[in-house]
Amino acid sequence: MPEAGFTLDNLSVLLVWTAIAIYALAFIAYAVDLARRSDLAAKAKDAAPVRELVGVGASGASGSSITRIRAEEEAALAAVEARPSARPRYLWARIGTSLTVLAFVFHVAADITRGIAAHRVPWSNMYEFALTGTMLIIAVYLVVLLKFDLRFLGTFITGLVAVLLGSTAIWFYTEVVPLQDSLKSVWLVIHVFVASLATALLAIAFALSVTQLLQARRERFALAADEAGAAGERAPVSSGPRFLRTLPSADALESLAYRFAIVGFIFWTFTLIAGAVWANDAWGRYWGFDTKEVWTFVIWVLYAGYIHARATRGWRGTRSAWLSIVGFGAVMFNFTIVNMFFKGMHVYSGLS
Amino acid sequence: MSNSPSDPLRPSDHADGGRDVVQPRLGVVGWLRWGWRQLTSMRTALVLLLLLAIAAIPGSIVPQRSADPNGVLDFKSKNPDLFGVYEKLQLFDVYSSVWFSAIYILLFISLIGCVLPRAKHHWKALRSRPPRTPVRLSRLDDHAESVIAVPEGTDAADAASHAVDLAQAQLRKAGYRVERYDQPAAGKRPAVASVSAERGYARETGNLVFHAALVGVLLSVGIGGGLTYTGQAVVKEGGSFVNSQMNYASINPGRFVDLDALPPYAVTLDSFAVTYTPSGSRGGTLAGDFAAHVTTREPGQDGRDQTIRVNHPIDMDGDRIYLMGNGYAPTITVRNSAGVAVFRDDVPFVSPDANMTSQGIIKVADGITDAGRDEQLGLVGFFYPTAGTLDTGAKTSMYPGLVNPVLTLWVFSGDLRIDGGIPQNVYALDTSEMTQLAGGTSSTAALELRPGETVDLPNGLGTVTFEDNQANGGVESVKRYVSLSIHRDVGAPFVLVFAVLALAGLLAALFVPRRRLWVKATPAADGATITLEYAGLARGEDPAIAVAVADLKRGHEASLEAEAPREASVR
Repeated sequence: MPEAGFTLDNLSVLLVWTAIAIYALAFIAYAVDLARRSDLAAKAKDAAPVRELVGVGASGASGSSITRIRAEEEAALAAVEARPSARPRYLWARIGTSLTVLAFVFHVAADITRGIAAHRVPWSNMYEFALTGTMLIIAVYLVVLLKFDLRFLGTFITGLVAVLLGSTAIWFYTEVVPLQDSLKSVWLVIHVFVASLATALLAIAFALSVTQLLQARRERFALAADEAGAAGERAPVSSGPRFLRTLPSADALESLAYRFAIVGFIFWTFTLIAGAVWANDAWGRYWGFDTKEVWTFVIWVLYAGYIHARATRGWRGTRSAWLSIVGFGAVMFNFTIVNMFFKGMHVYSGLS
Repeated sequence: MSNSPSDPLRPSDHADGGRDVVQPRLGVVGWLRWGWRQLTSMRTALVLLLLLAIAAIPGSIVPQRSADPNGVLDFKSKNPDLFGVYEKLQLFDVYSSVWFSAIYILLFISLIGCVLPRAKHHWKALRSRPPRTPVRLSRLDDHAESVIAVPEGTDAADAASHAVDLAQAQLRKAGYRVERYDQPAAGKRPAVASVSAERGYARETGNLVFHAALVGVLLSVGIGGGLTYTGQAVVKEGGSFVNSQMNYASINPGRFVDLDALPPYAVTLDSFAVTYTPSGSRGGTLAGDFAAHVTTREPGQDGRDQTIRVNHPIDMDGDRIYLMGNGYAPTITVRNSAGVAVFRDDVPFVSPDANMTSQGIIKVADGITDAGRDEQLGLVGFFYPTAGTLDTGAKTSMYPGLVNPVLTLWVFSGDLRIDGGIPQNVYALDTSEMTQLAGGTSSTAALELRPGETVDLPNGLGTVTFEDNQANGGVESVKRYVSLSIHRDVGAPFVLVFAVLALAGLLAALFVPRRRLWVKATPAADGATITLEYAGLARGEDPAIAVAVADLKRGHEASLEAEAPREASVR
């Protein structure tokens, strides 16, 4: 349909760029929030009389640094798990979330117009897959916000999506073309959709694991400072960005990360099975060590390793967090590098 | 609580295990036992998993014989030195290599060694009672207390026992397995009533099902692979494929396949349909909606009309038949100088490009004489469904449909080298002992034909005709062919069943919380109040344990109040 003038697909592209711009603004708002929230938290605590919220070592201020940190973390965990109405009122975080929702609306509109322009589900080449996949990342993030206050991941999530969506729009854009025969399958809808959901969940798990590592480092420094203090030595400088003071303990972050990772893992397992069922119909074999299959398998094994590590003495904590990070690295690698540069049968990127 | 029967038996280095490894003096048996314990430990399983992930990667970088045989040949020609090294390291067959196999076999031994004792243990746990109530519930992380007044004229011990009855009923209703552990008064200590409850046995069941199902997947793949075959066949419009070994262009049988006993059936290609996007569309010309309309016959049955499409293979007696490719098969007749037809066939032309510029080979072994001498004839054909001319003057096809079909032929004469009995590729011509008479570097131009035309061969060798298929009742002027892929995979359904089982097991293993709850009622020394204790212990990941204890307390207090709305007061 080579029409002149303004097509639905043009509109879709316009909406994509609008969404990207708003995501970038949301990213800035969230970044400002991170920079300011530790001060806000400190002020809020000074203003309110010390409540029973701080149960452990209540006289925290004069206590050792690890006791103070534990008290902060406990309060932060309660805030993370609080109902939306009972959460700390971080102004910039609220701006960030509002902007994210706004961008998401444009994003959904872009995705739908692209689907209408193409007369099919908009996830059959790399451009469309990235468009829908990033949309699902935001959707999952926004849904999760209803249950957990993970706005401290806002910079990561909006940043990731702005970068992915931006590079997609610049480098991966492909015009609407009819579907290849092998993609005309109900499994396209299921397989790709579930893969995107899994990616979104694993992204959140990844971000939580990174935060966990930062928090664990801060706790280690505090412990060392206490020891040094007890021995009368000069304490090492406390480390890490200051917003860590408003986040739960490394342990709490770890179990949160784990909960996202296992849901992601289940979806990934389903992606693998659905892909095999489809491959059996399309290519005459359910498994053939095609490059994409190999990487999907590698990722599955990495997360299986992560789940085992969580249950292995000596691997819990920092080491298993690294596995989650490596696992998500492989997910990103699978989506970008493998699609673009590796030879294989999943050649639907539409790039040449 | 380190080893009560309802605990899952776990490897000694499981994070939930509380035991330290005692090192005895080791004999041979001791060492074997030690080795076995190492192999079945969590740490080894973890390391093997990570090794498996890493070992799988080279197969996505180096071309694999199984997935991309041409890539391997290509690699060989580009890197002849590296090829030998890679070959020795089995890098072209990663997934059947010694080192990859070693990793997954060890992993599965480790898995079986871990799962079997756990299964036995779990079987016992499933039939055992929840463990004794700990003496000091307050030492557990998730713990709550409340004090209730004993109603006037009631014995404190009876009231305590009754309160625990209520808790027991509540827990049973919530799906817990419950057990009473009441202790009669002894000396100064008052009678204590308590109920111990446990739930979430499905967690360990799911875990075991998941791991066992993985073994099932591996066995199905391994055993199924021996009974599996994959073959390719080319069928032209009007032609048939009869399922026997000699009719396959190539076939890959598993170890236990008897190629002489393939299921007898025949597939006749009635017509092949395809639609092309109009010329000049965005994204180039695309072909789609491929459909091979076939008639299939099985012994003792009437023929059936079926359609094979991409993503929709047909099932024939347990074989699945897939549509893998298509092309043109021009009908060509070669006559010798006496006008006798020495060759007449639909010749499948292969096409590497979207506009179906195709190439095919015609070999005429007998019947051609040149000045009284027997000659063999080789023709290299180029077929352009919609012929056009490039700027360089070379012909090309502009569109995959039959808008302006043109066939050009290069002619070679000499020795085809097929008399030695060496199997030959039908898609390649060995010209080493032949002379080119037309086309290419020869002085004569290539022969050029349209459907229905006949031209003379050089040197008066005879004529070539490009038959018009429409004249013979065909729908189009040039016949088409399809390449079919025929598979029998006995293991696949089992793999699917086990994979789904694994997924179900995984869901239970990761999301069913395994937890113990206790409610204990201790009357005060004066008999006026009762202390109620609620405690919970998570067995494995259980983010909701605190909520579970709180819910238990709330529910229990509600039922106490409901029973004695006036008397009971919660302090």
